Amino acid sequence: MSHSHTKPPAPIALRVKAIETLLVEKGVLNQGVVDAIVDVFEHNLGPKNGAKVVAKAWTDPAYKEWLLKDGTAAIESLGFSGFQGEYMVVVENTPDIHNVLVCTLCSCYPWPVLGLPPNWYKTAPYRSRVVLNPRSVLEEFDLHVPDNVEVRVWDSTSDVRYMVLPERPKGTEGWSEEQLAELVTRDSMIGTGVCKAA
Amino acid sequence: MNSMHDIGGLDGVGPLPLEENEPFFHEEWERRMFGVKVALAIEGVYNIDETRWAMERIPALRWLQSSYYEQWVDGVSRSLLEKNILTEAEIDARIEKLRSQGES
Repeated sequence: MSHSHTKPPAPIALRVKAIETLLVEKGVLNQGVVDAIVDVFEHNLGPKNGAKVVAKAWTDPAYKEWLLKDGTAAIESLGFSGFQGEYMVVVENTPDIHNVLVCTLCSCYPWPVLGLPPNWYKTAPYRSRVVLNPRSVLEEFDLHVPDNVEVRVWDSTSDVRYMVLPERPKGTEGWSEEQLAELVTRDSMIGTGVCKAA
Repeated sequence: MNSMHDIGGLDGVGPLPLEENEPFFHEEWERRMFGVKVALAIEGVYNIDETRWAMERIPALRWLQSSYYEQWVDGVSRSLLEKNILTEAEIDARIEKLRSQGES
Protein backbone atom coordinates (compact mmCIF):
# COMPACT_ATOMS: atom_id res chain seq x y z
CA MET A 1 0.00 0.00 0.00
CA SER A 2 1.42 3.37 -0.95
CA HIS A 3 1.82 5.94 1.78
CA SER A 4 -0.89 8.06 0.20
CA HIS A 5 -3.40 5.49 1.45
CA THR A 6 -2.23 5.60 5.02
CA LYS A 7 -1.89 9.36 5.50
CA PRO A 8 -4.65 11.91 5.34
CA PRO A 9 -4.48 14.06 2.21
CA ALA A 10 -2.63 17.35 2.56
CA PRO A 11 -4.80 20.42 2.93
CA ILE A 12 -5.33 21.89 -0.50
CA ALA A 13 -3.70 25.18 0.50
CA LEU A 14 -0.46 23.31 1.20
CA ARG A 15 -0.63 21.49 -2.12
CA VAL A 16 -1.07 24.75 -4.01
CA LYS A 17 1.81 26.35 -2.12
CA ALA A 18 4.01 23.34 -2.83
CA ILE A 19 3.23 23.54 -6.55
CA GLU A 20 3.82 27.29 -6.76
CA THR A 21 7.11 27.27 -4.85
CA LEU A 22 8.43 24.31 -6.88
CA LEU A 23 7.54 26.02 -10.17
CA VAL A 24 9.38 29.18 -9.11
CA GLU A 25 12.44 27.22 -7.94
CA LYS A 26 12.61 25.34 -11.21
CA GLY A 27 12.38 28.57 -13.16
CA VAL A 28 9.10 27.58 -14.81
CA LEU A 29 7.52 30.69 -13.29
CA ASN A 30 9.25 33.91 -12.36
CA GLN A 31 9.12 35.15 -8.80
CA GLY A 32 6.30 37.66 -8.46
CA VAL A 33 4.48 36.81 -11.67
CA VAL A 34 1.59 35.19 -9.85
CA ASP A 35 1.11 38.27 -7.67
CA ALA A 36 1.26 40.52 -10.72
CA ILE A 37 -1.37 38.51 -12.59
CA VAL A 38 -3.75 38.34 -9.66
CA ASP A 39 -3.35 42.07 -9.12
CA VAL A 40 -4.36 42.82 -12.71
CA PHE A 41 -7.45 40.66 -12.46
CA GLU A 42 -8.50 42.00 -9.09
CA HIS A 43 -7.88 45.66 -9.86
CA ASN A 44 -7.52 46.50 -13.57
CA LEU A 45 -9.99 44.24 -15.36
CA GLY A 46 -13.67 44.25 -14.66
CA PRO A 47 -17.10 45.36 -15.79
CA LYS A 48 -16.01 49.01 -15.92
CA ASN A 49 -14.34 48.12 -19.23
CA GLY A 50 -17.50 46.60 -20.63
CA ALA A 51 -19.50 49.60 -19.40
CA LYS A 52 -17.34 51.87 -21.55
CA VAL A 53 -18.07 49.71 -24.59
CA VAL A 54 -21.81 49.83 -23.87
CA ALA A 55 -21.89 53.58 -23.28
CA LYS A 56 -20.03 54.22 -26.53
CA ALA A 57 -22.46 51.99 -28.44
CA TRP A 58 -25.40 53.93 -26.97
CA THR A 59 -24.02 57.29 -28.08
CA ASP A 60 -22.31 56.44 -31.37
CA PRO A 61 -24.52 54.62 -33.93
CA ALA A 62 -21.60 53.81 -36.22
CA TYR A 63 -19.69 52.25 -33.32
CA LYS A 64 -22.75 50.24 -32.31
CA GLU A 65 -23.13 48.88 -35.83
CA TRP A 66 -19.45 47.89 -35.86
CA LEU A 67 -19.72 46.36 -32.36
CA LEU A 68 -22.62 44.12 -33.38
CA LYS A 69 -20.91 43.16 -36.64
CA ASP A 70 -17.34 42.61 -35.38
CA GLY A 71 -17.32 42.66 -31.61
CA THR A 72 -13.66 41.65 -31.32
CA ALA A 73 -12.34 44.55 -33.40
CA ALA A 74 -14.74 47.16 -32.01
CA ILE A 75 -13.89 46.21 -28.42
CA GLU A 76 -10.16 46.07 -29.15
CA SER A 77 -10.36 49.63 -30.55
CA LEU A 78 -11.12 50.78 -27.00
CA GLY A 79 -8.07 48.93 -25.70
CA PHE A 80 -9.73 45.79 -24.37
CA SER A 81 -8.35 42.52 -25.74
CA GLY A 82 -6.41 39.42 -24.79
CA PHE A 83 -7.10 36.17 -23.01
CA GLN A 84 -10.74 35.11 -23.13
CA GLY A 85 -11.59 37.93 -25.51
CA GLU A 86 -10.03 36.65 -28.71
CA TYR A 87 -13.37 36.21 -30.47
CA MET A 88 -16.15 38.40 -29.11
CA VAL A 89 -19.79 38.37 -30.16
CA VAL A 90 -22.04 41.12 -28.79
CA VAL A 91 -25.79 40.47 -28.63
CA GLU A 92 -28.23 43.35 -28.32
CA ASN A 93 -31.18 43.53 -25.95
CA THR A 94 -34.25 45.18 -27.46
CA PRO A 95 -37.84 45.66 -26.28
CA ASP A 96 -38.58 42.26 -27.88
CA ILE A 97 -35.45 40.25 -27.09
CA HIS A 98 -33.60 39.59 -23.83
CA ASN A 99 -30.21 37.87 -24.08
CA VAL A 100 -28.45 35.95 -21.31
CA LEU A 101 -25.02 34.30 -21.26
CA VAL A 102 -23.77 31.01 -19.87
CA CYS A 103 -20.95 28.52 -20.24
CA THR A 104 -22.71 25.21 -19.64
CA LEU A 105 -19.44 23.26 -19.74
CA CYS A 106 -17.54 25.37 -17.23
CA SER A 107 -16.83 29.06 -16.86
CA CYS A 108 -15.90 30.74 -20.18
CA TYR A 109 -16.43 34.48 -19.76
CA PRO A 110 -15.21 37.62 -21.58
CA TRP A 111 -12.35 38.60 -19.25
CA PRO A 112 -11.17 41.75 -21.09
CA VAL A 113 -14.56 43.45 -20.77
CA LEU A 114 -16.08 41.88 -17.66
CA GLY A 115 -13.12 40.63 -15.62
CA LEU A 116 -13.48 37.42 -13.63
CA PRO A 117 -16.91 35.79 -13.52
CA PRO A 118 -19.00 35.82 -10.36
CA ASN A 119 -18.95 32.49 -8.55
CA TRP A 120 -22.60 31.69 -9.29
CA TYR A 121 -21.81 31.86 -13.02
CA LYS A 122 -19.45 28.91 -12.58
CA THR A 123 -21.76 26.70 -10.53
CA ALA A 124 -23.85 23.72 -11.62
CA PRO A 125 -27.22 25.32 -10.72
CA TYR A 126 -26.71 28.29 -13.04
CA ARG A 127 -25.08 26.33 -15.87
CA SER A 128 -27.67 23.57 -15.93
CA ARG A 129 -30.83 25.55 -15.28
CA VAL A 130 -30.39 28.70 -17.32
CA VAL A 131 -30.64 26.70 -20.54
CA LEU A 132 -33.53 24.59 -19.23
CA ASN A 133 -35.71 27.33 -17.81
CA PRO A 134 -34.06 30.73 -18.17
CA ARG A 135 -37.08 32.73 -17.03
CA SER A 136 -37.18 31.01 -13.64
CA VAL A 137 -33.43 31.51 -13.20
CA LEU A 138 -33.80 35.20 -14.05
CA GLU A 139 -36.60 35.44 -11.48
CA GLU A 140 -34.04 34.37 -8.86
CA PHE A 141 -32.08 37.47 -9.84
CA ASP A 142 -35.29 39.51 -9.41
CA LEU A 143 -35.41 40.01 -13.15
CA HIS A 144 -38.91 39.54 -14.53
CA VAL A 145 -38.92 39.18 -18.30
CA PRO A 146 -42.44 39.62 -19.68
CA ASP A 147 -43.91 36.67 -21.58
CA ASN A 148 -44.01 38.67 -24.81
CA VAL A 149 -40.23 39.20 -24.71
CA GLU A 150 -38.17 36.42 -26.28
CA VAL A 151 -35.33 35.09 -24.11
CA ARG A 152 -32.20 33.99 -25.96
CA VAL A 153 -29.55 32.01 -24.07
CA TRP A 154 -26.02 32.08 -25.50
CA ASP A 155 -23.73 29.20 -24.54
CA SER A 156 -20.00 29.90 -24.86
CA THR A 157 -17.89 27.61 -26.99
CA SER A 158 -14.18 27.00 -26.51
CA ASP A 159 -13.52 30.06 -28.69
CA VAL A 160 -16.48 32.47 -28.65
CA ARG A 161 -17.11 34.83 -25.75
CA TYR A 162 -20.37 36.74 -25.67
CA MET A 163 -21.36 40.05 -24.12
CA VAL A 164 -24.85 41.53 -23.84
CA LEU A 165 -25.47 45.09 -25.05
CA PRO A 166 -28.20 46.06 -22.58
CA GLU A 167 -30.99 48.53 -23.31
CA ARG A 168 -30.24 52.17 -22.61
CA PRO A 169 -32.20 53.40 -19.58
CA LYS A 170 -35.01 55.83 -20.29
CA GLY A 171 -34.50 59.51 -19.50
CA THR A 172 -30.80 59.58 -20.38
CA GLU A 173 -31.01 61.67 -23.54
CA GLY A 174 -28.02 63.95 -23.84
CA TRP A 175 -25.98 62.15 -21.17
CA SER A 176 -22.23 61.80 -21.70
CA GLU A 177 -20.55 58.42 -22.18
CA GLU A 178 -19.04 58.74 -18.71
CA GLN A 179 -22.44 59.36 -17.11
CA LEU A 180 -24.02 56.51 -19.05
CA ALA A 181 -21.25 54.06 -18.15
CA GLU A 182 -22.10 54.54 -14.47
CA LEU A 183 -25.51 52.97 -15.11
CA VAL A 184 -24.12 49.80 -16.72
CA THR A 185 -23.90 46.90 -14.28
CA ARG A 186 -21.96 43.65 -14.61
CA ASP A 187 -25.17 41.62 -14.57
CA SER A 188 -26.72 43.77 -17.31
CA MET A 189 -23.89 42.64 -19.59
CA ILE A 190 -24.40 38.97 -18.60
CA GLY A 191 -28.16 39.32 -19.03
CA THR A 192 -29.08 38.40 -15.46
CA GLY A 193 -29.88 42.03 -14.72
CA VAL A 194 -30.65 45.34 -16.35
CA CYS A 195 -28.94 48.71 -16.10
CA LYS A 196 -29.54 51.06 -13.20
CA ALA A 197 -32.35 53.53 -13.72
CA ALA A 198 -31.41 57.10 -14.58
CA MET B 1 -18.07 12.67 -25.90
CA ASN B 2 -20.29 13.59 -23.01
CA SER B 3 -19.25 13.83 -19.38
CA MET B 4 -20.21 15.33 -16.05
CA HIS B 5 -19.08 18.69 -17.40
CA ASP B 6 -21.88 18.73 -19.93
CA ILE B 7 -24.61 19.59 -17.44
CA GLY B 8 -26.71 22.04 -19.45
CA GLY B 9 -30.36 21.12 -18.82
CA LEU B 10 -29.71 18.84 -15.83
CA ASP B 11 -32.43 18.85 -13.18
CA GLY B 12 -32.02 18.57 -9.42
CA VAL B 13 -29.00 20.81 -8.95
CA GLY B 14 -30.61 23.16 -6.44
CA PRO B 15 -30.97 26.94 -6.16
CA LEU B 16 -28.44 29.52 -7.28
CA PRO B 17 -25.79 30.27 -4.66
CA LEU B 18 -26.17 34.04 -4.79
CA GLU B 19 -24.02 36.03 -2.38
CA GLU B 20 -24.05 39.78 -1.71
CA ASN B 21 -20.73 41.56 -2.35
CA GLU B 22 -19.15 38.28 -3.29
CA PRO B 23 -15.32 38.25 -3.33
CA PHE B 24 -13.49 36.85 -6.37
CA PHE B 25 -11.75 34.36 -4.11
CA HIS B 26 -13.01 32.94 -0.85
CA GLU B 27 -9.63 31.52 0.20
CA GLU B 28 -6.07 32.68 -0.35
CA TRP B 29 -5.13 29.35 -2.01
CA GLU B 30 -7.84 29.99 -4.63
CA ARG B 31 -6.17 33.30 -5.47
CA ARG B 32 -2.76 31.58 -5.75
CA MET B 33 -4.18 28.76 -7.87
CA PHE B 34 -5.79 31.23 -10.24
CA GLY B 35 -2.53 33.14 -10.68
CA VAL B 36 -0.45 29.98 -11.17
CA LYS B 37 -2.77 28.55 -13.81
CA VAL B 38 -2.93 31.79 -15.80
CA ALA B 39 0.84 32.32 -15.45
CA LEU B 40 1.53 28.85 -16.84
CA ALA B 41 -0.70 29.62 -19.82
CA ILE B 42 1.08 32.94 -20.43
CA GLU B 43 4.43 31.16 -20.23
CA GLY B 44 3.22 28.74 -22.88
CA VAL B 45 3.46 25.66 -20.65
CA TYR B 46 0.05 24.61 -21.96
CA ASN B 47 -2.78 26.03 -24.04
CA ILE B 48 -6.43 26.40 -23.07
CA ASP B 49 -7.48 23.17 -24.79
CA GLU B 50 -4.85 21.19 -22.91
CA THR B 51 -5.98 22.60 -19.57
CA ARG B 52 -9.55 21.81 -20.49
CA TRP B 53 -8.66 18.21 -21.35
CA ALA B 54 -6.74 17.86 -18.09
CA MET B 55 -9.83 18.97 -16.15
CA GLU B 56 -12.21 16.79 -18.13
CA ARG B 57 -10.31 13.72 -16.95
CA ILE B 58 -11.15 14.38 -13.32
CA PRO B 59 -13.23 11.33 -12.33
CA ALA B 60 -16.93 12.21 -12.63
CA LEU B 61 -17.87 11.52 -9.01
CA ARG B 62 -14.96 13.56 -7.67
CA TRP B 63 -15.79 16.37 -10.10
CA LEU B 64 -19.31 16.60 -8.74
CA GLN B 65 -18.07 17.05 -5.20
CA SER B 66 -15.21 19.43 -5.95
CA SER B 67 -15.36 23.19 -5.78
CA TYR B 68 -14.40 25.23 -8.83
CA TYR B 69 -10.84 25.91 -7.75
CA GLU B 70 -10.37 22.38 -6.40
CA GLN B 71 -10.99 21.32 -9.99
CA TRP B 72 -8.28 23.73 -11.09
CA VAL B 73 -5.79 22.20 -8.63
CA ASP B 74 -6.68 18.75 -9.92
CA GLY B 75 -6.35 19.78 -13.58
CA VAL B 76 -3.14 21.80 -13.22
CA SER B 77 -1.53 19.01 -11.17
CA ARG B 78 -2.38 16.51 -13.88
CA SER B 79 -0.89 18.75 -16.59
CA LEU B 80 2.34 19.36 -14.67
CA LEU B 81 2.80 15.66 -13.89
CA GLU B 82 2.08 14.55 -17.46
CA LYS B 83 4.50 17.11 -18.85
CA ASN B 84 7.17 15.89 -16.40
CA ILE B 85 7.53 19.40 -14.99
CA LEU B 86 6.80 18.13 -11.48
CA THR B 87 6.54 14.69 -9.93
CA GLU B 88 4.11 13.57 -7.25
CA ALA B 89 7.10 12.70 -5.05
CA GLU B 90 8.44 16.25 -5.35
CA ILE B 91 5.07 17.70 -4.42
CA ASP B 92 4.74 15.34 -1.45
CA ALA B 93 8.24 16.20 -0.25
CA ARG B 94 7.56 19.91 -0.55
CA ILE B 95 4.31 19.56 1.39
CA GLU B 96 6.23 17.79 4.17
CA LYS B 97 8.84 20.54 4.19
CA LEU B 98 6.19 23.26 4.37
CA ARG B 99 4.52 21.38 7.22
CA SER B 100 7.79 21.14 9.10
CA GLN B 101 8.10 24.91 8.73
CA GLY B 102 4.75 25.29 10.48
CA GLU B 103 2.53 25.81 7.43
CA SER B 104 -0.89 24.28 7.46
